[in-house]
Amino acid sequence: MSHDHAADHGHDHPSFLAHHFDDPEQQFDAGKLGIWIFLVTEVLFFSGMFCAYALYRSRNPEVFTFASTFLNTKLGAFNTGVLLFSSLTMAWGVRCAQLRQRGGLVLCLALTLICASIFLGVKAVEYTHKWDMGLLPAHFYLSQYAQTIEHHDWAPFKELVGQAHMTWLTKLCILPGLITIGFAAWLFSTLKSKERRKIEVAGSMLLTALAFFGGIGIGRVFQAAEEAAAAHSTDHGDKHAATDADHKHDAASADHATAASADKTMLVSTDSQTKIGAPSIEQIDQKGGAGLFFSIYYCMTGVHAVHILGGMVVLTWLLVRASKDVFHEQYFGPVDYVGLYWHLVDLIWIYLFPLLYLIR
Amino acid sequence: MSGSATVQAQNASDNYLFNTKGFLSWALTLDHKRIGMMYLVGVMGAFLLGGILALILRAELADPENWFLTNKQYNQVFTLHGAVMVFLFIIPSVPAALGNFLVPVMLGAKDVAFPRLNLGSFYLWVIGAIFFLVALLSTGLDTGWTFYTPYSTQTSGPVVAATLGVFILGFSSIFTGLNFIVTINTMRPPGMTWFRMPLFLWATYSTSIIQVLATPVLGITVLLLAAERVIGIGIFDPKFNGDPVTFQHFFWFYSHPAVYIMILPGMGIISELMSVHSHKGIFGYRFIAYSSVAIALFGFLVWGHHMFTSGMANVTVIVFSALTFSVSIPSAIKVFNWLATMYKGTVQLNTPMCYALNFIFLFTIGGLTGLWLGTLSTDRPLHDTYFVVAHFHYVMMGGTMVAFLGGVFHWWPKMTGKMFNDFWGNISCLVVFIGFNMTFLPQFVMGSRGMPRRYATYDPQFTVFHEWSTYGAFTLGLGLFIALGVLIHSLLRGKQAPDNPWGGATLEWQCSSPPPYYNFHTAPEVNDPYNYKPLTYRGEKGWEYVRPKPSTVPQQPDQVQV
Repeated sequence: MSHDHAADHGHDHPSFLAHHFDDPEQQFDAGKLGIWIFLVTEVLFFSGMFCAYALYRSRNPEVFTFASTFLNTKLGAFNTGVLLFSSLTMAWGVRCAQLRQRGGLVLCLALTLICASIFLGVKAVEYTHKWDMGLLPAHFYLSQYAQTIEHHDWAPFKELVGQAHMTWLTKLCILPGLITIGFAAWLFSTLKSKERRKIEVAGSMLLTALAFFGGIGIGRVFQAAEEAAAAHSTDHGDKHAATDADHKHDAASADHATAASADKTMLVSTDSQTKIGAPSIEQIDQKGGAGLFFSIYYCMTGVHAVHILGGMVVLTWLLVRASKDVFHEQYFGPVDYVGLYWHLVDLIWIYLFPLLYLIR
Repeated sequence: MSGSATVQAQNASDNYLFNTKGFLSWALTLDHKRIGMMYLVGVMGAFLLGGILALILRAELADPENWFLTNKQYNQVFTLHGAVMVFLFIIPSVPAALGNFLVPVMLGAKDVAFPRLNLGSFYLWVIGAIFFLVALLSTGLDTGWTFYTPYSTQTSGPVVAATLGVFILGFSSIFTGLNFIVTINTMRPPGMTWFRMPLFLWATYSTSIIQVLATPVLGITVLLLAAERVIGIGIFDPKFNGDPVTFQHFFWFYSHPAVYIMILPGMGIISELMSVHSHKGIFGYRFIAYSSVAIALFGFLVWGHHMFTSGMANVTVIVFSALTFSVSIPSAIKVFNWLATMYKGTVQLNTPMCYALNFIFLFTIGGLTGLWLGTLSTDRPLHDTYFVVAHFHYVMMGGTMVAFLGGVFHWWPKMTGKMFNDFWGNISCLVVFIGFNMTFLPQFVMGSRGMPRRYATYDPQFTVFHEWSTYGAFTLGLGLFIALGVLIHSLLRGKQAPDNPWGGATLEWQCSSPPPYYNFHTAPEVNDPYNYKPLTYRGEKGWEYVRPKPSTVPQQPDQVQV
């Protein structure tokens, strides 16, 4: 409908300029203000969870200190690096759009997508590892130091997820696996047609999908290294002092009950320093607050991951348009706006990482 | 359809209602005016639903015992009445329905900044409404529209569906607000400075700021509530070191500013109506403009006054009480300026003006009774009584709903190109006024005597008040049906409206009734929006700009000849 009117009013309108704007500058300014306001709403959206974090941390600092030791700092740091690098490629992409460097823009967008995918892969390793250990939201949280696990709400959670033989990680890989096969098939068909732009897009998407599994691989390597290091330190340390990693291995097994000994109160061999006179880890754990930490952890990182996914959708849209060479000196707004969004998602992670992983 | 055939034919090719035809031309339209009209139909449908639920409640309360609703059904009905009225009617009523139509036209722009986003907001509203209907048709929601924990985490009602509905409606509201802020900031034509903007735009701008800043917090709050129910995050559950009062803080951090989302656009309408129908420049333009912004900002600092009895530190309670009083200053500034606008004006008591006067009376009562509730010592006994119910109905219904109706009548000729029957419009206003006060004045009395809210049964000593309240509610319903009848009659039999039936000086009266697709063929000439001197009355043709030089004739001179 707008097209037939564009004929009346838009004879001096370039095709990229919407009918109701007077000039490209007005269009760009409107979009820029719009995306900034949207980012403000995003910050406020996360603010609720940051408030909850601050509130419950100030009420139970020792619980948060204890629970955060279960997070793998190295994986978090790696993911931080990946996101920072993706912000660089994104910013570079904006520059490419402004200079009308089509190839550079496609490359930068593809790299940004790949980084996002790696991030999610690593996150999948972190999540599934915690689920296997029973580090779940408050209602289902499985005490890591309890004598028995029966008194927890573990059973309903198992009912919820079913008694499948696959591990969590395998299950999480099903959908990305199907998507990868789909992209591979698409790439194959475009290779036949020999349309370069379609090949670019399909190839980028396949690489993005594969990067998820790359992220999983990297995550597994880090995880294994961490566990090996923890096991190593146990060998050289006090035999009776159970370590963090020990419990990670044993938490879900019934044998764990026997491993729990009176020495648990002395449990200081983890990286974190338990202050003298502070409540014992067992006491902290049994207070039940650790589940709240994981609730907040899953909410914050989960909503952040949803934002990454949303970002990947719009990045894909940009990639398709970039391959068609629609962006140039006068019209690069969408790349700029998505870039701002991507930086905000990155920025939120920059806050999440120290708050959840580093403060101990 | 009795208007002149030539005008009809001429307008049909050009005006936004008939320039394209077919269902899809409306369903996929990017025209802000059509989207506004679709919202108007939608919110009126929601209002009808909420109103019917209200009448069911009042009918039940006519008798001290459960005479046709069980307690559980009563809970479900008042929950849906509140939720439908708040989320589906009041919040989108003025900003989304009237605002969508008016903001670009008043501003002199062709459309809002993001027309696709605008259409997206409308469909988000529709989807959110569907979620609510699902909640209505399934087991029934019984938490109250506030979803207070811990009850909302335990009840068997469809809380998750309703909260997802609220979440989606919240994003509809955010995107509308975002669109208006960007439109007002970047789409003003040459000459439209900030202080030449009509006050309705100032009110809409302030409202949009609140929508953008407060609604995301509601979004995350209801999301956390849904997560609590689905994956058991325990954030609001004391068993897991959570805190139910946190929910109330989060909820009111949005929902108190949301009160100003509801009332500020209504105040903007009243500013326009007062000036136009008094044919006198608005008194204290800058004060009214700044007071809108002030209300928007103060609104963020007072959420705690909903929670005086929920358990807060004494100091916090005192600070919230003091801040609450500060909101009354900008509100009073507005009321005094409206009254001063009428002074020595040529007041014409046509339907929109009657609704505006109705608003001032009811809003003043609503605002003043708010002071009882903001004062700690008087709030303790009045909390959760019918006094609160009466107070917020005076503000929300007596304020916003009446202003909305006034605005609908005021801009109806512009939106539809049809005049309505002014006599019956006035009658509807009178019946609404009588019915409204009959409904809610007795509630102040019984509230101050201790009648608690949200009960299906009550002590027989309150029977007489409840009976009057019920009679009043049905009178009010009659008044609203008369108003609806007037509007429908106008659509079917209304006379062709002139471009400027009331003598308004704002830009929307410069384009034809109804406006063409692009609002303005060339950039409109922007003048003082409240200078009525160049306007002359031409009888059936309405009001016309008389300009000194023939070179500056109106943009569409042929369309004035109705």
